[in-house]
Amino acid sequence: MHPVIATVLQRLALGILTLFVVSLIIFSSIEFLPGDFGEAILGQAALPETVAAFRKELGLDLPMYQRYLDWVGNVMTGDLGNSFSGRGSSGGADRSRPVIDLIAPRLANTLFLASMAAIISVPLALFLGITAALYRGSIYDRLVNALTLTTISFPEFFVAYILILIFSSFLKFFPSLANIDPTTDFWVRVHLTALPAITLMLVIIAHMMRMTRAAIINLMASPYIEMADLKGVSKSQIIIHHALPNAWAPIVNVIAFNLAYLVVGVVVVEVVFVYPGVGQLMVDAVTTRDVPVVQACAMIFALTYILLNLFADIISIITNPRLLHPR
Amino acid sequence: MVDIKDLEKAAIDGKLDRREFMKRATALGLAAPFATSLLTQAVHAATPKKGGRFVQGTGHGSTTDTLDPGTHENGFSQNVVYTYANHLTEVDNTGQLVPELAESYEASADAKTWTFKLRQGVEFHNGKTMTADDVIGSINHHRGEDSKSAGKSLLSAVESITKKGKYEVEFKLSAGNADFPFVMSDYHFAILPEFEGNMDWQAGFGTGGYVIDRYEPGVRATFKRNPNYFKSGRAHFDEVETIALLDTTARQNAMMNDEVHAINRVDPKTVHLLSRVGSLKILETTGTLHYTFPMRVDQKPFDNYDLRMAVKYSVDREQLVQKILLGHGAIGNDHPISTANPYHNGEMAQRSYDPDKARHHLKKAGMEGVTLDLGTSDAAFSGAVDAALLIKDSAAKAGLDINVVREPKDGYWSNVWNKKAWCACYWGGRPTEDWMFTAAYVADSKWNDTAWTSGPKADKFNKLVVDARSELDTNKRRQMYYECQEIVNDDGGALIPMFANYIHAVSKKIGHDEKVAANWEFDGNKNAERWWFA
Repeated sequence: MHPVIATVLQRLALGILTLFVVSLIIFSSIEFLPGDFGEAILGQAALPETVAAFRKELGLDLPMYQRYLDWVGNVMTGDLGNSFSGRGSSGGADRSRPVIDLIAPRLANTLFLASMAAIISVPLALFLGITAALYRGSIYDRLVNALTLTTISFPEFFVAYILILIFSSFLKFFPSLANIDPTTDFWVRVHLTALPAITLMLVIIAHMMRMTRAAIINLMASPYIEMADLKGVSKSQIIIHHALPNAWAPIVNVIAFNLAYLVVGVVVVEVVFVYPGVGQLMVDAVTTRDVPVVQACAMIFALTYILLNLFADIISIITNPRLLHPR
Repeated sequence: MVDIKDLEKAAIDGKLDRREFMKRATALGLAAPFATSLLTQAVHAATPKKGGRFVQGTGHGSTTDTLDPGTHENGFSQNVVYTYANHLTEVDNTGQLVPELAESYEASADAKTWTFKLRQGVEFHNGKTMTADDVIGSINHHRGEDSKSAGKSLLSAVESITKKGKYEVEFKLSAGNADFPFVMSDYHFAILPEFEGNMDWQAGFGTGGYVIDRYEPGVRATFKRNPNYFKSGRAHFDEVETIALLDTTARQNAMMNDEVHAINRVDPKTVHLLSRVGSLKILETTGTLHYTFPMRVDQKPFDNYDLRMAVKYSVDREQLVQKILLGHGAIGNDHPISTANPYHNGEMAQRSYDPDKARHHLKKAGMEGVTLDLGTSDAAFSGAVDAALLIKDSAAKAGLDINVVREPKDGYWSNVWNKKAWCACYWGGRPTEDWMFTAAYVADSKWNDTAWTSGPKADKFNKLVVDARSELDTNKRRQMYYECQEIVNDDGGALIPMFANYIHAVSKKIGHDEKVAANWEFDGNKNAERWWFA
């Protein structure tokens, strides 16, 4: 079998196993949290009989393993279930919302923000990394390093507040609220999400840029680079044609890691800019013990990691002849 | 009693024409030229203009919210329901109860039978005319056997609801309740279209001044003006947008950057900084929200009257208001009735910090050297942990040793509150005395978090609450509620050191009546229909 296909199949199988383990961990950790949906929703107003009514309706009175198996069974058939929330307080009809309806618009928002940040930051990080390696030790190299390390060293919310102060309060270029809805026009949306995207960009760029620089510099000491140098190939040509192809594996891994972070780790940025993304949804769902929504979010996050890592592995194999043609 | 302020208000609302205003103003003893200038002043300063898109940020809202009034719990849902729907009655901006979808209401002599005559020709947003059937369906929604409505307990005394005509509804209660029309103004009891004997809430059609345009739970709700609104001189904005801005900094940033026109829940720590921004003003109201430390009198050592007194005297209330609320609040007198309630007892002596008296009571209780556990968490209210530590310090000077126990935020309401002998708590308060006492102080309430249910004084209190409920004579009721407050203050288990203000920031572009309702945030959560662009 072709090594790429073999790897993909192996990774997918492992991925499914990972998803199982993740779902089991999440399910049982919610179980360990005090209180359940009925108590969380009713708060101070919880009465034993109303809580019991909620439990019965949601099936929370069933044993844990049974609820888990029911859930797994439904997910196997592609049914993420219904959210606990949205139920009416009386009247027989079930008016709760399907989990997918809750998550889909939020996930679309999250992916939009992630893509915006990625489209700018990945090429920029590569460019900065390569040029920094090219002019290693120069003022330029030091400046780029210092700046990116500074932005990554501050917590996200701090970077966000500084950007708000400069670009919203003083300059009035961008709004501080990324207040988008499904009908928002594309360019308006870009304008509204500019500050959160820039914040994320500043947070992830250092990691990718430094890995690019390090990987290339590491290769620059190799004999074949020395050979190319002796042949009289220019420095930029050496880096792009000789060093970079061998450096892709570590770089792509770091990029995949950061892209995954853009999807699963941005809840702080969502809160600061009041961006209706999936992170805020998951936090809400955890506080109300809305298990189906938490589970679905966790699955999406796990899947994001698995797929992006798979993608990174494929790229590493394709760009590395030794892996592509194993003995 | 009519005074000049009422006349001004009536003139502004268009209830009085100029001739009538002058006649009444001069009858009050005002010279004619002065009356004229008063009229122009009042009407000028507050002439509502139509138009504009009003955007407000609220510090509440969750993805679990629904449009079902039975599940409404946070400020976001309350504001939404008061924007798109109406109730039988309304608490106006001066705190008075006025008919809303009802045209008038009256009680039988024993206050057991209430008849509401409905306004005719009011249409829901789908064009359906509102009739008695809609009122019955909407109220029955909360009353069913399997109902999980938070409003269910408020209607437990309702025995039957009868249609007396197309526009007349009769409620029969198991016991007299003079406050019943007040209860009908509660946000749970929105009147929505009837559907199979229940209410149809999913469609989101109300009778309110604004029609729901888009409703995204936990994110935002947008509205457009209802051109057929039955009230005149209300609902001035073309469009309204309410955004859930949970993060305090994000909310205040949006306000400072002019992206919203009003926010609630301004952080008391930064309100003085926010007030420096030229484009906005700070709007504070003292409502019914209060922070409490209930002592359960069914558990040792709080079953001892003198120990409870020692605790009540060893708390520095002024300091708590200054340090926890940073001055944005009022001191409490160990009873839950606020100045925003109709019969607040302002004649009773205010209890203050008195280590000597505390020591005296502690000695009388024979409990010198006792250590009390005080459970606390910021889930109870923001600053509850600090408040408990301040109480520990002030009590130490009175010889009372308090052990502050930090409880987890998660599950605080199920595991700590109403279970541990002494803990921190908050109450949003209730618009009427009866409602507040019935919710948390009468013997058969499940939320009686002080477990103060027996003993001669508690018995007397319980009897008074029941008697006052059916008393239609205002003066007698006042006397009864004054006494209730005195008994709770003296014998009850609640330590109620402070009432917190609602703090808003409002853009100077927005106009509103001088007097703003204090029953809820945002002008009784009716700001969308009461405010305008000046």
